[in-house]
Amino acid sequence: MRGYAGKFLEIDLSSGAIEEKKVPDSTLKDYIGGRGLATKILWDTLGSKWESVDPLSSENMLLVFTGPLTGYFPGTKICVSGKSPQSNGVIGSTVAGEFGIDLKCAGYDGLIIQGKAEQPCYIFICDDHVEIKEASPIWGKKARETVRFLVKESLREIKDIKPGYGEVIEPSFLYIGPSGETKTRIAAVTSKYAHAAGYGGYGGVMGAKNLKALVVKGFGPVPDVYDKEKTLNLVQGFLIKNFERERFRRWGTGAGGYNFGAETSSEPIRNWQEEWHQEQSYKGEEFDKYWVKRNWGDFGCPTTCLKVSVLKSGKYEGALCDNPDYELESYLGTNLGIFTPEKNIYLSYVSNELGSCGIQSGAVLGFAAELYQRGILTREDLDGIALEWGDVEAFAALAERIATRQGIGDILSEGIYRAAVKIGEMKGLDVLKYAVHEKGVAIGAHGVRSGRDYVTTNPIAYACSVQAGDHTSGADLPIGHRHSELFSIMGDSAVYCFFAAMALDNRDIFDFYEAVTGWELTEEEWYQEKALRILQLQRAMLLLGGPDITWKPNRDDELPPRFWEPLPSGPDKGKSLDRTAFEKSKLEYFDAAGWNKNGVPKPETLHNLGLKDVEVKLREASLIS
Amino acid sequence: MDQDDQFWIERSYENCSGCRRCEISCSLYHEGKIWPEASRIRIFMLVPGIEIPHLCFQCEDYPCVEACPEGALSVIVETGAVKVDVETCTACGLCITACPGNVPHLHPDGSSIVICDLCDGEPQCVKACLEGKWNALTLLPREKGISHKMLAATPKELTRKVANYMLGEKTTKEVLE
Repeated sequence: MRGYAGKFLEIDLSSGAIEEKKVPDSTLKDYIGGRGLATKILWDTLGSKWESVDPLSSENMLLVFTGPLTGYFPGTKICVSGKSPQSNGVIGSTVAGEFGIDLKCAGYDGLIIQGKAEQPCYIFICDDHVEIKEASPIWGKKARETVRFLVKESLREIKDIKPGYGEVIEPSFLYIGPSGETKTRIAAVTSKYAHAAGYGGYGGVMGAKNLKALVVKGFGPVPDVYDKEKTLNLVQGFLIKNFERERFRRWGTGAGGYNFGAETSSEPIRNWQEEWHQEQSYKGEEFDKYWVKRNWGDFGCPTTCLKVSVLKSGKYEGALCDNPDYELESYLGTNLGIFTPEKNIYLSYVSNELGSCGIQSGAVLGFAAELYQRGILTREDLDGIALEWGDVEAFAALAERIATRQGIGDILSEGIYRAAVKIGEMKGLDVLKYAVHEKGVAIGAHGVRSGRDYVTTNPIAYACSVQAGDHTSGADLPIGHRHSELFSIMGDSAVYCFFAAMALDNRDIFDFYEAVTGWELTEEEWYQEKALRILQLQRAMLLLGGPDITWKPNRDDELPPRFWEPLPSGPDKGKSLDRTAFEKSKLEYFDAAGWNKNGVPKPETLHNLGLKDVEVKLREASLIS
Repeated sequence: MDQDDQFWIERSYENCSGCRRCEISCSLYHEGKIWPEASRIRIFMLVPGIEIPHLCFQCEDYPCVEACPEGALSVIVETGAVKVDVETCTACGLCITACPGNVPHLHPDGSSIVICDLCDGEPQCVKACLEGKWNALTLLPREKGISHKMLAATPKELTRKVANYMLGEKTTKEVLE
């Protein structure tokens, strides 16, 4: 077995049991790692009782997986998964950082975490030394304090394990903030200060396990690959292709806050009431003024599209964050009527400190602000906060209440969809029409109405995705090509950075996979069999859902109501989606995925892919008659 | 090549992207594997966003060589780098204490000390860094009369210095213990 460390670590926080686990080669060949393998393990372990498993209970699992491409591939991620408290399905949520590298250097391909600790804890791994440690000093603490503690404590402990070694590179961490501890559904699993596995809401899953952080230090090498010469040749080619992308390296996605609004009309403005703006104050150059590092990357990264922003003076002195990237520029900026880089950096910092996902929290804040604009939520409802568009301090105050579940924050902490249902009941009004989400997941900052956004060229992108609102995993036709969800499944399963892969040719990733693992994988095999199998499992678990919400196939494979309104401003003013074309694409997609006209996997599809048990389960749940 | 052709690696901390392609190149060259802890150059990130490339500073008086009780360390005249004789080295760690920057460290297999050997004149880390246009590492001639020892510091000392400059003193106090 090449490209893999060869074993997983299974940790039961209820009993304290720690065991090494091997996954058979045949399973790895079919499901690869990351999202694919997590889906398979979740199905095998929880599938039979899926509907009754509360994602925010000890019964859920937290899976933190690398893939065979984590290591040599230039651009590193780690995939976090479990039953999602947002969609009630499975979401593979990736985050950059060195965690995957350290994990593999320590000898593990992934962590399978079960149960719930009695007291707040964190898991410390240094090669074969694995320990569940008390987290009381950092429980309740925000990002900055948590990171400072973990660096100091872990280095002290590693010095004891390796006396006389000399200086040691600090270990890698994944952790949660207050937002995860209070089990909000918008909590991220964070790496560094602001790299977040946000989609899915796995910060809350960690909180439900009383698990504050994962710390790993590996002293070994990255696992050997099958064909080193071929692998290194491919790496060199990939590096050069990425080095040539000067514009992307210069700006990352950090110029999108202006560009996407002004050029492609697909940016959320004031809770998606508009998707266009032309605020010159929000241009990339205005953000650049705050960048203290213009090229920031994680292990092996050739693009270094991240930037480090710091406010060194003024009212918000001390704020520090990544970029912000396009998603945060919009969700914690334009979506809240904020067009000032300084305020956007500050709010991104606040959100990161709290451990809330910038997209999910920006979406729920924008939703609340629109209800305030319409007089549905009053200042009294909002615990005295006047939630005016553009008022960064009002949004920061509300973000804090959400992460700590105080007052109105308790309702909003349930995420945009569930909050809308609750507020609708309270007020006796339909407020769901203002909630821009897909199956409980606030969607990425990429609108579909103009048809000009690079990730949502097909309006079914969110409606048909098994990861719902995840803009990095949109559905598209034809189903078997690199802009489809099946290619995203490759990225999240082999676990590499899809930004670094953008410069590559279609076949490159498959060549790389073969060079690393020594296992053959044709594109046909991937698109027609393996990826399709993972897709069926994710679709089945998404439809089974529960326990609080069960999505109805076809009816809920729908866009948020707002997206059916015509665009109100900008060069695309008046443009709206064609319902007939949308329904046609949807049916075409269902068919290509092997689903019936309601979007349920067909028995023959499941048979052909060897998933008879899925058919049995879907019959039990009356999804197949 | 003689002593006049010696060079040294200048580091610009604020330019370091943290991509660690230097660690990758170094360990591939010396170990045939990607092996961050076995790399002769290592990137420390005690504060996210503040990356410190850490490798031999080439002190003019080589205190590590002086401190070695086994005579396992010597200076390569052509380049000015320190050579570790792995057969003689007992991994006692006295060179680590002697180094003003705590640069030498054990090989992760525990067998001996590792120190940057300047790749026999073609440092792979510099090549990787310049190829990626990050310019955090550059190769300079080693000028006589300039003290490089003055620049030597531990990862933590360097982090504080760079963080103060990049983040401001207020933030540095909050992020660095």
